Amino acid sequence: MLVLVEQSLNGLQFGLLLFLLAAGLTLVFGIMDFVNLAHGSLYMMGAYFAATFVAWTNSFVLGILMALGATLLLGIALEFIALRHLYGRDHLDQVLATFGLILFFNDAVRLIWGPAGLSLPLPSWLTVPVQIVPGVFYPAYRLSIIVVALAVAAMLYLVVMRTRIGMLIRAGASNREMIGALGINIKLLFTLVFGLGAALAGLAGLMQAPILTVQIGMGENILILAFVIIVIGGIGSIRGAFLAAIFVGMIDTLGRAFLPDLLRTVLSSAAASTAAPALSSMLIYLLMAIVLVVRPEGLFPAAKR
Amino acid sequence: MTDSAGVPLLRVENLIRSFGGIKATDNLSLDVLPGELHAIIGPNGAGKTTLISQLTGQLMPNSGAIHFAGRDVTAVPAYQRSRLGLARSFQITSLLRDFTAIDNVAIAAQAHDGHSFRFWGAARKEKHLRDAAQAALTRVGLGQRANVLVSELSHGEQRELELAVALATKPQLLLLDEPMAGLGVTESARMVALLKELRKEVTIVLVEHDMEAVFALADRITVLVYGRVIASGDPDAIRNNEEVKRAYLGDQHAVTRHG
Amino acid sequence: MKSSTINARNVVVALVALGLTLLPVYSALTGNIFILTLFTRIIIFALAAASLNLIMGYGGMMSFGHAAYLGIGGYAVGILAFEGIGSGFIQWPVALAASALYALVIGALSLRTRGVYFIMITLAFAQMAYYVTSGLSRYGGDDGLTIYKRSTFGGLIDLSNRTQFYYLCLACLFGGIYLIWRIVNSRFGMVVQGVRSNEQRMQAIGYHANRYRLVCFVISGTICGLAGALLANNTDFVSPAGMYWTRSGELMVMVVFGGMGSLFGPVIGTIVFLLLEELLSQFTEYWALIMGPLLLLIVLFARGGIMGVLGRLSRD
Repeated sequence: MLVLVEQSLNGLQFGLLLFLLAAGLTLVFGIMDFVNLAHGSLYMMGAYFAATFVAWTNSFVLGILMALGATLLLGIALEFIALRHLYGRDHLDQVLATFGLILFFNDAVRLIWGPAGLSLPLPSWLTVPVQIVPGVFYPAYRLSIIVVALAVAAMLYLVVMRTRIGMLIRAGASNREMIGALGINIKLLFTLVFGLGAALAGLAGLMQAPILTVQIGMGENILILAFVIIVIGGIGSIRGAFLAAIFVGMIDTLGRAFLPDLLRTVLSSAAASTAAPALSSMLIYLLMAIVLVVRPEGLFPAAKR
Repeated sequence: MTDSAGVPLLRVENLIRSFGGIKATDNLSLDVLPGELHAIIGPNGAGKTTLISQLTGQLMPNSGAIHFAGRDVTAVPAYQRSRLGLARSFQITSLLRDFTAIDNVAIAAQAHDGHSFRFWGAARKEKHLRDAAQAALTRVGLGQRANVLVSELSHGEQRELELAVALATKPQLLLLDEPMAGLGVTESARMVALLKELRKEVTIVLVEHDMEAVFALADRITVLVYGRVIASGDPDAIRNNEEVKRAYLGDQHAVTRHG
Repeated sequence: MKSSTINARNVVVALVALGLTLLPVYSALTGNIFILTLFTRIIIFALAAASLNLIMGYGGMMSFGHAAYLGIGGYAVGILAFEGIGSGFIQWPVALAASALYALVIGALSLRTRGVYFIMITLAFAQMAYYVTSGLSRYGGDDGLTIYKRSTFGGLIDLSNRTQFYYLCLACLFGGIYLIWRIVNSRFGMVVQGVRSNEQRMQAIGYHANRYRLVCFVISGTICGLAGALLANNTDFVSPAGMYWTRSGELMVMVVFGGMGSLFGPVIGTIVFLLLEELLSQFTEYWALIMGPLLLLIVLFARGGIMGVLGRLSRD
């Protein structure tokens, strides 16, 4: 029972991280019709920046704030220099160009930080276990990830649903021509949205950094998960991304935790321990396949196009 | 006229299709007799293209039935309706732009000539397909333009090619969605002459804004307003129908355009 | 389409084909074994790229998961060899059948979607295949599986002989391209290209678009599975890393480099891409620092790839 609570919280925490990544992707796709494979690279850069700045400043909070700002600036620079020339181009062109950027970022990181990974040590006040219900302890840091990510999700919701910029974003996601007709400075809006997406990816990366090793290619697997989430949730839909992210985070975490034991009840122990890892990594893709069969346009499509 | 002429080739019964709260097709019934040219007119937004899309199967109705050649085709997908002999042209020219004119027509002919899961023989060397395609092109006056890429054809030529493509499927019923759209005066005249020829051989449902053309061509006219049939009859009856007059007078756009 | 037979594009294609055919002679005369090994690899990837071009260039299906077939074809050979079945007459048909089956399932699911969704989904499924092979602990898991003995063909051909293996790969490549050429110009090929150009129109004249797409997808996957069987024999090794998603990206790059929808383009694209990679990595360890931005520039400025540029040259 205790394990179930703990693993559910882990699943929630992973799902929320996935949401931060997927939200940026789906916003950028929804409003600019732009597929950005290099989104995972921004996630990686967020983690590397955090590890570096925290070591420099000797302050965890200051370091991650600087890392957040750095990722935001990097995203804006990237949009300004390269990516804005790809709006309106074929999706294939965008995929290939941003694939090139991934190659570039991976080698750039290898050149600057070396091939070995970095670690981001937590300050002692974040390592203590917190008692969430009587008898159930949960690491403070993981708990704070949940809190921060939920706060960001709420903020994102407020910005998108309640502000003028949010209205433009929504309008853009459902009808791209309309924002042009409204006489909005589209270039600026696009840069802003892209920067926001980059910052969200960076935030996900730097929050994940103390849990996993900071290493080259860390953004790639999680990017593919974010794609799965967008497919499940429906492209361009923040709400869909949120629900699908939590769902995927839960299934992935719980599957890995409990599938081996479950299998052991029906299979021999040896067979179960062989099949379990493969099966649990397949789970989300099976889920995606089911969604595709039932609702090819995703569970919460943002708009008809 | 034989007895079978009395049996409609196409029968639409109580068709309903709504988008959100708006009924684009509102309890619409319609008969098309074999051999006639049946025009469907109506002001903008009357639901003409929505109707055509349901007839061809691109769009499924919410309720109602469509019978074609004695068969209920309401749930039959688009590609199979074409095989039954229902062909359409598109309002906005819809061709294979990176293919030549004759390739466009030959592919249509191929769809109705055996199956296309043949992987080895060169399709462009199948003489009977090329001949059929060339014949259809000649028929619409594009005989000399067979090897020109669609993207290099003029707008008028593309409209004619649309017809040739539809004809190549050897249809029993031809659904033409505004074949004159965007044509100049001489091009329009050519198209009317062409349709006059075609109507001798095939049943045609013509959706068109060009009233002159409609009244020159149609055996019967059905008038749609807000997805509903307000009148149906021969051109004279429609011309003198009070409700039709009112509908068109209410529509400033139609008045300035056709008045 | 109707330009004369002798133009820049055809001259380049003829020269490349001739060069590939005569390469072992050059290698034997100069004793340069490295170039033979390098080009064996290039030819195998060219076959994979050509298969991808069939669906991307002619079918308009942007698959971002083609590396999966390389892995499946390779694992079929590797696993059978590991289990003591060394005959290529069994290994290779199994490799092709397994690839075809995977393509059938993935294709049937992915083709429910279009555009970016399709790109993402093929990518995701290929990643699933990657994880599944990582979980095959009996066959090496993450570390991969060494193939101690190459496929045997009852003494007809010796795959351990460099020159014989090279010519086998080359025969597969030329055979594959010939097959694709026939397909593209057949009735089936016309329909597939028509669907790429305008799906709605094709439905309206009586074609069930997705059936043709799916069959095309399966043919492409099967050809790529053959490349996988060749690759496993070439490296004497299969591993999940060989089907990582960046490999799929590289295959796409090869196709686009050469020119999508041009029959021989993928071959040229593969040669250029892998030679460039080889050249850059001799010059610096951080070759991707140059390759990445180069890719961006090519996408931005050289539409239609090398064949496109050559085609434009020949038209002038």
